[in-house]
Amino acid sequence: MKKFIDYLKGNPIVAMLAIVSIIVGFTTKNFFSWANFGNLISNTAVRFIIALGVSGCLITKGTDLSAGRQVGLAACLSGILVQRADYSGRLFANLPQFNMWVALIIVVALGAFIGFINGTIVSRLKVPPFITTLGVQTIVYGSCLVLTNAQPIGGFQKGYTELITGRIGKISGFHLPYLLFVAAGFGLFFWFLYNKTRHGKYMYAIGGNEIAAEVSGVNTTKTLTLIYVTAGMMYATAGWLLAAKSGGASASMGMGYELEAIAGCTIGGVSTTGGIGTVPGVLVGVLVFELLKIVLQFLGVNPYYNYIVQGIVIVVAVALDVRKNIKKK
Amino acid sequence: MSEFVLEMKDVYKAFPGVVALNHVKLQLRPGTVHALMGENGAGKSTLMKCMFGIYSMDEGEIFIDGEKVEIHNPMDALNKGIAMVHQELQPIPARTIGENIYLGRYPLKKFGPISIVDHDKMYADAARVLKEVKMDFDPKTKVGELSVSQMQSVEIAKAVSANCRVLILDEPTSSLTQNEVEALFRIVEDLKSKGVAIVYISHKMDEILRISDEVTIMRDGQYIGTWEAKDLTTDFIITKMVGRELTNLYPPTENVPGDVVFEVEDFTSINPKSFRHCSFNVRKGEILGVAGLVGAQRTELMEGIFGIRSKTSGTVRYLGKELKITKPKDAIDNGIAMLTEDRRGSGILGVLSVADNISIASLNKYVEYGIVLNTKKIEQLVEENVEKMNTKTPSSKTPIASLSGGNQQKVLIGRWLANNPDVLILDEPTRGIDVGAKYEIYCIIADLAKEGKSIIMISSEMAELIGMSDRIMVMCDGRVTGFIDGKDATQENIMELATQFES
Repeated sequence: MKKFIDYLKGNPIVAMLAIVSIIVGFTTKNFFSWANFGNLISNTAVRFIIALGVSGCLITKGTDLSAGRQVGLAACLSGILVQRADYSGRLFANLPQFNMWVALIIVVALGAFIGFINGTIVSRLKVPPFITTLGVQTIVYGSCLVLTNAQPIGGFQKGYTELITGRIGKISGFHLPYLLFVAAGFGLFFWFLYNKTRHGKYMYAIGGNEIAAEVSGVNTTKTLTLIYVTAGMMYATAGWLLAAKSGGASASMGMGYELEAIAGCTIGGVSTTGGIGTVPGVLVGVLVFELLKIVLQFLGVNPYYNYIVQGIVIVVAVALDVRKNIKKK
Repeated sequence: MSEFVLEMKDVYKAFPGVVALNHVKLQLRPGTVHALMGENGAGKSTLMKCMFGIYSMDEGEIFIDGEKVEIHNPMDALNKGIAMVHQELQPIPARTIGENIYLGRYPLKKFGPISIVDHDKMYADAARVLKEVKMDFDPKTKVGELSVSQMQSVEIAKAVSANCRVLILDEPTSSLTQNEVEALFRIVEDLKSKGVAIVYISHKMDEILRISDEVTIMRDGQYIGTWEAKDLTTDFIITKMVGRELTNLYPPTENVPGDVVFEVEDFTSINPKSFRHCSFNVRKGEILGVAGLVGAQRTELMEGIFGIRSKTSGTVRYLGKELKITKPKDAIDNGIAMLTEDRRGSGILGVLSVADNISIASLNKYVEYGIVLNTKKIEQLVEENVEKMNTKTPSSKTPIASLSGGNQQKVLIGRWLANNPDVLILDEPTRGIDVGAKYEIYCIIADLAKEGKSIIMISSEMAELIGMSDRIMVMCDGRVTGFIDGKDATQENIMELATQFES
């Protein structure tokens, strides 16, 4: 309990949101409901997967602004591949109908390729990650527009949408969405990667002091490239899930997701100055950000104001994080 | 009216784990050159940073013309007529000379209701001050196009333009050629005749004796004394600078150097001003000291060997086998370790724990099933390491940045020992570390040599080199100028080799 209170003290944003949620929960109807809970989980799951991808970039003092557009591209490509052969509005009429798992493999391979480009430019050409991924973001969006001709994509195979919206088990009337398990699986995988492997240790070392890491024999080029590749694969997976979840895809999908993911990571304690960040932290950050959205919705705040509130929360979270580090000096 | 233009009294400044300045004083007379001397780590730069407002003093007072003043930041110092030319110049290369000189205090003119930079006035003024420092340059030239000595002149012009009354020159000649030094001295003489008090920090004895009027010597953060330069000799200065009882300052070394195991031949940097044609060897169980002045390129040579810097020629052999080293990992894989000079910049992983800092270079040994790290074994390594090094840390999970310099250094040495290297390159292993921790690090080094490891130790503290080394290699201006047996080494014969500049 004491540990929990200390945690809240160290993370005032999380504490504030917990308090606000409790107040909202008791003053509005249906906030504490299975439906709302399920909604929260589904929304969090996809964003968590994206945030996991971007967390590695952030921990190594980089960033990935192409995340959202990569999600969008993966969603559109998945959509095109899994469109029913008998669907009249098929984008590529002559394309065979792909199994959804094959589609997943294809989009993940594409994500890895985009990540490889990001990582190579960052680690070998030493272009600052902000600029690299800004450029790649635009390229990816452009490619997506070319691919889809800016047309919405629908008419997915039934199994594809069902798999994602499907639920398991029954706990007092509540069905656990598959997405929960997918997200949990990725969370465990990243926890393992960050804590139990050389790659994870090297990642933290690069974030802590890249030169010192290199002097200690860390292959910084390889590690950084791998981080961006992994990130690309995560965005692709998220895009594949997102298309299924929405039952359709369009080029505008995923817009701004990179900022939400970065915000989630930062609120969850991933330090913008590098070297710090944990998977549970990322989960809490993303959860808090999604919770914030739902709370605003329940409070009946005009949706147009949501962005303003979210923006303030992001800046305040980073300001508090930076202050924490200033104090240490 | 005081006889001193500036006086610092009873200055005390401590950093975590180290007392950097222990009740130091400094008195500057107008129109004189005041040399400030001491070994690296004696506290000269810290004192100057206190005067210039970069550091705040824990205790102490500053008087200007006998009046007590408070200096909180460099802007305060400049406004009070104190200017500093840093050892590492920090110009803005992409901007012009004029803009660099007037950075932060651009002359302004009114353009209706708004103030805009008065470029005409700025460049006219800049041209005038450049003339004062005998620099015949268009003030609109970009600073990036200048040589190091010209950049330094720009910095001095900046000080002159601020009508400074006290000018601090921190190792101004360390990267200058002989002709450039002469030019600098003419500027200094000129400023002196205008009544400016100049604080001159340098390790070069001949320069000090030639140009200074008074000399203040510091040692280990203590004020030792101030003398008139004309009464001094090199020997006297060195004695005062080193001047401690040498007994028990270094552990007895019991290592017995064996056969030559590590050979470096004809190492030349891609940078023509850096190391050239350097050859040396190290025996098994030998401590090879590396001496030289600032700018002798000792660090650069060692970093070249370790694969951090690029070379045009040179071979490294261990036990007769030639090693291919193009990056640090190659060196590490071949049993070489290097403790870098800049502990903060290229040593510690600041926000990470002591445990992570110790294990980072040896993780390969702990991989199981091709991917999983054996965390139990790593914990064991960390525990043994902390114990062996006698590292004082609250726990192995403490971030390394919160330890004292000496303990950070022990963690870094521990990091390398975890790899069980054959050759250890230690670059300034005791820099910025207090005396107690220094002794412990000397003991560790002596033990390693006794175990048969070959040690290369760069140090700018001559006493340390003489006290620890079996042999001392001396470098000057990128070249190896000679070797001295540890028993025969003296400050004088080292200094003689260290100042063999090519004319």
